[in-house]
Amino acid sequence: MRFGVVVFPGSNCDDDCYYVVRDVVGEEVDFIWHKERRVEGFDCLILPGGFSYGDYLRTGAIARFSPVMKAIGSFARRGGLVIGICNGFQILLESNLLPGAMMKNRSLRFICKFANIRVENNLTPFTSLCQIGQVLKIPIAHIDGRYYADHEIMRGLKENNQIIFRYCSEDGELSQESNPNGSKDFIAGISNRSGNVLGLMPHPERASESILSSEDGRVVFESVVSTVKRSPRRSLRNDCPPSEEIC
Amino acid sequence: MKEPGKITPDLVKAHGLTEEEYEKIKDTLGREPNFTELGIFSVMWSEHCSYKSSKPLLRLFPTSGKDILIKAGEENAGVVDIGDGLCVVMKMESHNHPSAVEPFQGASTGVGGILRDIFTMGARPIALLDSLRFGPLDNGRNRYLLSGVVGGIAAYGNCMGIPTVGGEICFDETYEGNPLVNVMCVGVARRNSLVRARATGARNPVFYVGADTGRDGLGGASFASRELTEELDKDRPAVQIGDPFKEKLLLEACLELLNTGAVVGMQDMGAAGLTCSTSETASRGHSGMRVDLSLVPRREEGMIPYEVMLSESQERMLVIVTRGKEREARRVFDKWDLHAVPIGEVTDDEYLTVLDDDGGVAQVPARFLTEGAPVYTREERKPEYLRKIKDVSISTIPEPQDYDGVLKVLVASPSICSKRWVYEQYDHMVRTDTVVRPGADAALIRIKGTQKAIALSCDGNGRYCFLDPYEGGKIAVAEAARNVVCVGAEPIAITNCLNFGNPTKPHVFWQFRRCVEGMADACRILNTPVTGGNVSFYNENPKGAIDPTPVVGMLGLVEKMSFPCTPWFKREGDLIVLLGECREEIGGSEYLQLIHGLKMGPIPRVDLEKERAVQNTSLELIRARLVSSSHDCSEGGLAVALAECCMSDSGMGSGAVVELEASPEILKIRMDALLFGETQSRILVSCRPRNLPRIERLARQNKVACWRLGVVRGNRLTVRRIKRRVLDVSLEELEENWGKGLSRGDD
Repeated sequence: MRFGVVVFPGSNCDDDCYYVVRDVVGEEVDFIWHKERRVEGFDCLILPGGFSYGDYLRTGAIARFSPVMKAIGSFARRGGLVIGICNGFQILLESNLLPGAMMKNRSLRFICKFANIRVENNLTPFTSLCQIGQVLKIPIAHIDGRYYADHEIMRGLKENNQIIFRYCSEDGELSQESNPNGSKDFIAGISNRSGNVLGLMPHPERASESILSSEDGRVVFESVVSTVKRSPRRSLRNDCPPSEEIC
Repeated sequence: MKEPGKITPDLVKAHGLTEEEYEKIKDTLGREPNFTELGIFSVMWSEHCSYKSSKPLLRLFPTSGKDILIKAGEENAGVVDIGDGLCVVMKMESHNHPSAVEPFQGASTGVGGILRDIFTMGARPIALLDSLRFGPLDNGRNRYLLSGVVGGIAAYGNCMGIPTVGGEICFDETYEGNPLVNVMCVGVARRNSLVRARATGARNPVFYVGADTGRDGLGGASFASRELTEELDKDRPAVQIGDPFKEKLLLEACLELLNTGAVVGMQDMGAAGLTCSTSETASRGHSGMRVDLSLVPRREEGMIPYEVMLSESQERMLVIVTRGKEREARRVFDKWDLHAVPIGEVTDDEYLTVLDDDGGVAQVPARFLTEGAPVYTREERKPEYLRKIKDVSISTIPEPQDYDGVLKVLVASPSICSKRWVYEQYDHMVRTDTVVRPGADAALIRIKGTQKAIALSCDGNGRYCFLDPYEGGKIAVAEAARNVVCVGAEPIAITNCLNFGNPTKPHVFWQFRRCVEGMADACRILNTPVTGGNVSFYNENPKGAIDPTPVVGMLGLVEKMSFPCTPWFKREGDLIVLLGECREEIGGSEYLQLIHGLKMGPIPRVDLEKERAVQNTSLELIRARLVSSSHDCSEGGLAVALAECCMSDSGMGSGAVVELEASPEILKIRMDALLFGETQSRILVSCRPRNLPRIERLARQNKVACWRLGVVRGNRLTVRRIKRRVLDVSLEELEENWGKGLSRGDD
């Protein structure tokens, strides 16, 4: 199988994702420059963290117009797997590949530290190797990580099991103190309705090796590998609704 | 700005040039300089660019070593060979004055500047550290400066995707009105990809790459070379505005350029912008350079040549390209959407020739600009205050009644308390190489593709240097080395930032000399040559000069990394051992200052041979995996070090029970001096009981004192002396005081 790591001007975590996929998880991976208009031969695309376009205007707001995003949209609509990490998540939101929006952290400051997130749904390709309620210790590093969605969207997210990760305490409890940025309903990561696009603020690539204090993040990549290798045609399914909005 | 009709003596003086300097210029040119040339000389011969006051003393530093590839002064940064075909490029710089005026942008552009100094050499920056000093936090303005500076560093470093992994922050009234912002950057390059900042090969095109030129920072180099006054707002235009996104593009493009083989030389446009980069690259290449200012992309209208040459607009590089390979270079710039314009070419006439629409605008011999500034032997005199200041006599200091209270005050003090509030604003994990994160004694950064890791630390102590500049200089180096040793690395080289007052004041220059001498001696004995650095003079506020504050940036190397060594106690039942001798030395301590309100010496003496023995012993123990943790004793002394070992970075850690029954020498030391004195050359380790005999044997072999202090146990820090409880604090209380230190009064 093959991963692709998309690189925008200002992406910073592209090398990190590439390294984890190739050297830690052991799968093939290529970089995809944002000016590419086609993405072919990939099973899973990663939009990495960083400050694409310097976060000008709004984080992710300009990257969504990069030539590659059209191709990523089609790829996602065909059922291709997409992971947006941090800035990548923000770009997916701006591109309407995921519902909702990001606001500034409640503290109004950048926060870099380990967070605990709880797996809420293990039926996605990204969490297939997890247990429900499993707590993963994965770092966050962002200033615009406070997820927000209106009543409508929130209802839809809950009804369709699109909330994949929630911030929690070490013991898996939900609380204000364990919500580092004030995200609505403690949301740390969501998927689209068909479950093939994941956006999360924490950085699983930073928690994939024990020497970095936690290996809990690796399971996200390994779940993808496991899913794809189990059913290779799954990632190119055609039964996905062809509409623009697949949220 | 308009060109004045005539150069008057007042105009010369306003440009920071003395009469003698002006005469020298006229002599060499054979005529009067014009206004643009006057500006060019004023920045190139400013203290900041020419080091005219400090050069003779900087020669005292040892700069050679078997691992030093590029020495201090040769290029924009020093280079250290670390084996495996790799080298480390490092440097530290100050941005003190701009940060006093506009803390966010001042600190931000400080980061931008030091980053460029590293990647201009073909090295990818992999870590940033910062050493910050402010006046007391109870003054609102200092809180504003702290917030602004930290915010600025975070904004720039985070956007660039380079982790800010360490540093130090200190608060003292000596920095009131004149904060210190020193930023260190470290990069890694392949030995054969290093780029020099030299222009060679006549007719090779010279490219201007990056942001447009505006009127930013006009006079910035001369701004750094004079004192701050009460009228800060008037200096605001001298502070530049940073654009880290643009710099990220520049960084990626410059590194990609290396693969094209098209680059002859490269230099960033920092202080004195175009003037400095053109004259320095030409000078180093023993060449000349001709540039046409009408080709320089501008952001503002009506700029005269003087302004274009002196502008300090950020995020610009000068790239000398091999003639014939322009297309390869352009391809890279286009990919990254960077504006790249050929503005001139290398010549062989050794002149810096500047043209504009209307023809010739300036012509000055390049080497005369870069090397012609007179070197001054400044007057030195031992300061009066040193003659008057008496040594503290412990018998005159009342012993505390409540040691718990003293410890809580110390750990809560802004200089000692947890800096979490600061480093959680820095992305210190990006690049996934930060193996030991902020909060430990040093940062440890792994180098993927090898088994190596580098350790980094910034250290300085203004109070020590005020009380005894020579010993203080030694201690700055010794402590920095000790810090990298504590994470298992061997100290191999330093960079530095020397922050002092007005060098034309004899007592300031005396302090400067003594500090440099102390640092040089320590560098020689600890075998850590100086790879380069920065001198920042004129750090004064209306009350006078700051305490002399040399800051050391230490590089340590781990050849074969296994599990990292950190300061925190790891396991109930582990024994706590102190390596190194204890003495009765409360002079210059935080304890003496905070609890008794005294700034008196003598400061602790450091015996460099003993220091080296303690450091070597610790390294051996760490490499042999005989210890579970390792932490050096510094500000606050032994008790604070113990407390720090108890408070893990991830929430609360492990308590300790310490019994002070030991040798008669130890019992002779008064309790407060034993607990809070800042005696040097001591490292606190913890170990499994079964390892103690080997540890004691190794220490004995190296003639290092080894004292078993106690055991890791429970959730309190308890210190007893012959069954009497001296200190007994719960971890909760400690965390309450230490953990919240900086964020008090914030949220």
